[in-house]
Amino acid sequence: MTDLSYSEEEDEFRARLREWLAGVLPGLPPKPSPDDWPGRRAYDAAWQRMLYDAGYAGLHWPVDAGGQGATPTRQLIFLEETEKAGAPYVGANFVGLLHAGPTVAAEGTAEQRARWLPPVLRGEEIWCQGFSEPEAGSDLAALRTRAVRDGSHYVVSGQKIWTSHAEVADWCELLVRTDPRAPKHRGISWLAMPMDAPGVTVRPLRTLAGSTEFAEMFLDEVRVPVANRVGQENDGWRVTMVTLSFERGTAFVGEVVACRRTLAALAGEARATGRWDDAVLRRRLGRLNAEFRALWRLTQWNVSEAERSGGVPGAGGSVFKLRYSQARQELYEAAAEVLGADACDLDREWVLDRLSSLSYTIAAGTSQIQRNIVAERLLGLPKGR
Amino acid sequence: MDFSLSEDQRALRAGMRELLAGRFGRERMRAAVESGGGVDRGLWAELGAAGFFALRLPEAEGGVGLGLPESVLLFEEAGRVLLPGPLVATHLAAGVVKGAAEGRAVVTVLDRGGPVQDLGDADALLVLGEVVSLAAPDSARGAVAVRSVDPLTALLRPVRPVVGAEPLPAMSGGTLRYEGALLTAAEQLGSAARTLEAAVQHARGREQFGVAIGSFQAVKHLCAQMLVRTELARAAVYAAAVTGDPAETAGAKLLADEAAVANARDCLQVHGGMGFTWEADVHLHLKRAWLRSGRWLTAAEAEEALASDLGAGEGAERG
Ligand SMILES: Cc1cc2nc3c(=O)[nH]c(=O)nc-3n(C[C@H](O)[C@H](O)[C@H](O)COP(=O)(O)OP(=O)(O)OC[C@H]3O[C@@H](n4cnc5c(N)ncnc54)[C@H](O)[C@@H]3O)c2cc1C
Repeated sequence: MTDLSYSEEEDEFRARLREWLAGVLPGLPPKPSPDDWPGRRAYDAAWQRMLYDAGYAGLHWPVDAGGQGATPTRQLIFLEETEKAGAPYVGANFVGLLHAGPTVAAEGTAEQRARWLPPVLRGEEIWCQGFSEPEAGSDLAALRTRAVRDGSHYVVSGQKIWTSHAEVADWCELLVRTDPRAPKHRGISWLAMPMDAPGVTVRPLRTLAGSTEFAEMFLDEVRVPVANRVGQENDGWRVTMVTLSFERGTAFVGEVVACRRTLAALAGEARATGRWDDAVLRRRLGRLNAEFRALWRLTQWNVSEAERSGGVPGAGGSVFKLRYSQARQELYEAAAEVLGADACDLDREWVLDRLSSLSYTIAAGTSQIQRNIVAERLLGLPKGR
Repeated sequence: MDFSLSEDQRALRAGMRELLAGRFGRERMRAAVESGGGVDRGLWAELGAAGFFALRLPEAEGGVGLGLPESVLLFEEAGRVLLPGPLVATHLAAGVVKGAAEGRAVVTVLDRGGPVQDLGDADALLVLGEVVSLAAPDSARGAVAVRSVDPLTALLRPVRPVVGAEPLPAMSGGTLRYEGALLTAAEQLGSAARTLEAAVQHARGREQFGVAIGSFQAVKHLCAQMLVRTELARAAVYAAAVTGDPAETAGAKLLADEAAVANARDCLQVHGGMGFTWEADVHLHLKRAWLRSGRWLTAAEAEEALASDLGAGEGAERG
């Protein structure tokens, strides 16, 4: 608990980044509408290309994977500053940059790294995550999508669901069952599947927010080269755990900064409309201030601990996710109170965010599953039913 | 940036934990409960000798010359073991009240007319207002004993207003209030961590339906939420100790109060009927957590402070 200040080099890094952001952000085209998937893909990919050209792509990736090998602290500064400046969100690049890429970097062969990593960093290829199935959500290891070996290919059949960005993805990190006789956690393999392969059908699903964030994916005898398997055959569960630790470890950091901005804006709005005189509302916003300040500090704590131990983010990410997902929902409940009668107007700021905040206690592992993880892995309580 | 504890800080914490285990172990604590709490002068002096009160005084004045982060670690340890007495007030008065730094004097605090902790044992009384002043304890003569909810904390209610005789211009009421709130939050954090440990230990050992109750998800989830509260409070308390920022301190007090109170309640639930007995320590944690929640900075005050902070400073920075 010594030092929350930044070193001279870190301050320089921050200053250069700020300057660069101030130069490029005003020239960005307007954000496409949420329903315009090709437009969103183009926009997100272009932003990634700008980051790449400026030397900010894959900041936290290892150097031999094409990244910058930056410390977690620098990555934190990067996320903080881009968010504060209102830079575009990773968007469609999310899966490639935050989990498929790091997984390939950690577990892939030299050829696989050379093939898949550079296009992710340059914003040329978009990845999606094909883990969940209709009958395998929380119980991910129950997945049934089959991959049968046929010479140098796997022939894949089955169905995936809730696949975010599937409509515009080039690649899918796909979990398949390669040994149906093995116990369920064995017998799984991790494949990179090209989304344009014959037999892949994507059917968009409409979310409660009205948009098509995710999709169903039907796989009908899709031929995937064996060379696209990352990790050993039937060792996919271990690889998956690597992927999930990346997903929960760093995925929400920038969003805490965004929530703090939203909270300040809510206070401003409440002051402007006279709602601030309501002590109950005012105190509620005050409490949220404590939540998001502390969540930011918890992030810095986790980063410091990770830097100290030099490992990948651990189950501490689950602790963060549990509180963050709840706080985020409370933030938008408070927003609805600030908006009053206007909270029913989808065109008002914060109303769509209120709807999408509902996914935070479900996506990337539900809160119930996170609590099981915390209880069993961090507190050592016995496994049970 | 390195927010994690330094080696020296770890050593300091380990040293205090060891001292307290030796001098205020569970048996001593339970004996103190049975004898009605109060200040143990011998232990007080030992804490003084270990630097507990003089930690932040400059070395030139006989102190240890450390900062708020180190104090917070010591108070966290004190909170874990339910160490009684007006620790915070005496710590804050070191350097002002003769003997406080060495643990020879017991200093308590009078704030907004509520009952005063351990007034009967005190050598001096800090009167906390806009300005801080010092009063002799007998200026509260005739104070009436309150039947304290916390068996380890004696409480006396002054019958007429106490005026501080000696103004302390060097101490700002605001700073004192916030430092008191932070150190109290550190005690709450220690208590929250301890009740979590107790709950987990019980959940591992106690069997029902032929299995450890910790294998039931309903019990697991209670414990998991306890850890989440503790870790968020820890981040808030430690950060406030490093920055000294008032809004951050208010947040730390708010979250640590919540963690201590809610964890004690959940710990009680995990203990079942045993939790409702005098034998289990959990009621002692809950009662002390309630008491501390009402001191230095209440939830309402903290939330108001955090609300005023919105729209000013970092939280409002926009791109
Ligand atoms: C917006 C969004 C985007 C997503 N994107 C992707 C994606 O890109 N790729 C992908 O693969 N998946 C994605 N998902 C899927 C997500 O990971 C799953 O929805 C999630 O893991 C839950 O699985 P499920 O929907 O099958 O619910 P279920 O597993 O059926 O759970 C239903 C309820 O039962 C509870 N439950 C289940 N098991 C237990 C248990 N053991 N103990 C206690 N409670 C339990 C759950 O907590 C939940 O409340 C996304 C989901 C959302 C909402």
